[in-house]
Amino acid sequence: MSEPYTIIIGLEVHVQLDTRSKMFCGCSTAFGAPPNTQTCPVCIGMPGALPVMNRRAFELALKTAVALNCEIPRFTKWDRKNYYYPDLPKGYQISQFDLPLSQDGYLPISDPKGRFEPKRIGIIRAHLEEDAGKSMHDEAAGVADSRIDLNRCGTPLLEIVSQPDMRSPAEAKAYLTELKLLLNYLGVSDCNMQEGSLRVDANINLHIDTPEGTVATPIVEVKNMNSFRAVERALECEVRRQYELWQQTGQKLGDVPKQTRGWDEASQTTRPQRSKEESSDYRYFPEPDLVPVTTTEEQVERIRRSLGELPAALRSRLQESYGITPYDADVLVNQGRNLVDYYIELAEGCGDGKLASNWVQQDVLRTLGEQQIEIAEFPAPATALARLLDMVRAGKITTSRGREVLAEMITSGKSAEEVIKDMGIEQVDDSALQDLCRELIEASPKVVAQVKQGRQKAVGALIGQAKKKNPNVNPARVREICLELIGNGH
Amino acid sequence: MAISREQIEKVSLLGRLLLSEEELDKMTGQLGRILGYVDLLAEVDTEQVEPMAHALDVSDVFRDDEVRPSLDREQALASAPNRDDECYLVPAVLGEL
Ligand SMILES: [Zn+2]
Repeated sequence: MSEPYTIIIGLEVHVQLDTRSKMFCGCSTAFGAPPNTQTCPVCIGMPGALPVMNRRAFELALKTAVALNCEIPRFTKWDRKNYYYPDLPKGYQISQFDLPLSQDGYLPISDPKGRFEPKRIGIIRAHLEEDAGKSMHDEAAGVADSRIDLNRCGTPLLEIVSQPDMRSPAEAKAYLTELKLLLNYLGVSDCNMQEGSLRVDANINLHIDTPEGTVATPIVEVKNMNSFRAVERALECEVRRQYELWQQTGQKLGDVPKQTRGWDEASQTTRPQRSKEESSDYRYFPEPDLVPVTTTEEQVERIRRSLGELPAALRSRLQESYGITPYDADVLVNQGRNLVDYYIELAEGCGDGKLASNWVQQDVLRTLGEQQIEIAEFPAPATALARLLDMVRAGKITTSRGREVLAEMITSGKSAEEVIKDMGIEQVDDSALQDLCRELIEASPKVVAQVKQGRQKAVGALIGQAKKKNPNVNPARVREICLELIGNGH
Repeated sequence: MAISREQIEKVSLLGRLLLSEEELDKMTGQLGRILGYVDLLAEVDTEQVEPMAHALDVSDVFRDDEVRPSLDREQALASAPNRDDECYLVPAVLGEL
């Protein structure tokens, strides 16, 4: 961090709330319907049509706001944000201006790899608004007109506006990842970026140290990023661009109007976008067709109690109860609640949190990735895997044999015990192993002599022989027994 | 509070209204008189009066999250000035400069 500037990033996230119907009418919100088949007089703005608020949309918004530690005012109302664009048939968007449903919250973020200190990202506000439609333009075909699909019009969105509290693209990505995880745990949105359920706009500028004091570069809004990785790259690119531009032109905040730039994945650069000219002037006024909504203290308390265990609390619990590292807890929690439940059952079942964490991260997650399945579809139940880990822990079978057994459990759906029997793996019991070791020691006086002279490595020869006689023996246990027997003068 | 001709020009641009010179003059006068009336109202002492958010004294009106039939596409597109089989057609909307 020897750069002569500080990076200032704030993010605006639009999340589609998980409702069946739109915010103010009964049209379906299902993704992928043929164009203009999910519209009605309310959502395409026919004269005289009247909107009515979707209760679930409001409740999901409130739930999210409470989880983001926001203040929930007792009274909230709706406003019209006026602008003309072909995908907005009413000529205004129903949104919230001066009395949003929540404000002044925060989301803690941290990095298990330690690239930045744990911190809280402030939330300025989270408010409800309706989505616009979609315009499509096929430039390649040289068609003069744009095509408009209004299916999305009126879909409920929660706009979450952060404070400009992020100081690096990595922090911005961490904030988005944590926010998405929280929304998943709350079950308020599917957060599918490809389908437009989660959209991110970033505001970024630099505070540059100069001999004359700190100078701020003009704020740029970056749009059109369709993955968190793209957000990180676009911001990295914008940092370089703004610093170079400042070196060339000396342009400061206030010298030029706020610019909007779009991320171009192909060229990995940001490009200027046409801003809606006088767009800063939306002439908000109260929406006369919707009545205000009031919220009581008891309602907020009820929501707070219904949130369940959220990611941050769950991470701490896994570390405390199962003795795993912050990094491991992070990996598990980031996989979602169902995987965590599997892990907990496994850790409880085999009595070793670290071993369970290793097997989940290596074997279970790899299989989920390879087979493109969810944990609910994983063929080996946690109780079955727990019995296998029990045997590994007791030294009855080796880790590598255990892996083979699990692979077979996954393919055949059989229990650990059945697979072990089918594969002809004998669980070697300890007294048989003692006998085997004694036999080997008696046949190898040279090895015994070397070990007695302090060359413990020599015992490796005995382990090799033991494995030849019985491939199921646990090498660590053989070593242990041999050393003990030689030490005792067998 | 008077309103200037420049403000009228800006507002008409935002409202996508193409006004003639004559109309701009006329609107400047008319809107100025309306704002004058608002100024008159502003003289009333409202210190103890809570701001009103809505003309009706009603709040918390909701509907359940239930899907209802939408218009069929032909109906929805019926009054579009220009269309194809699936979509409304409008003069090109371009994202980039
Ligand atoms: Zn509708």
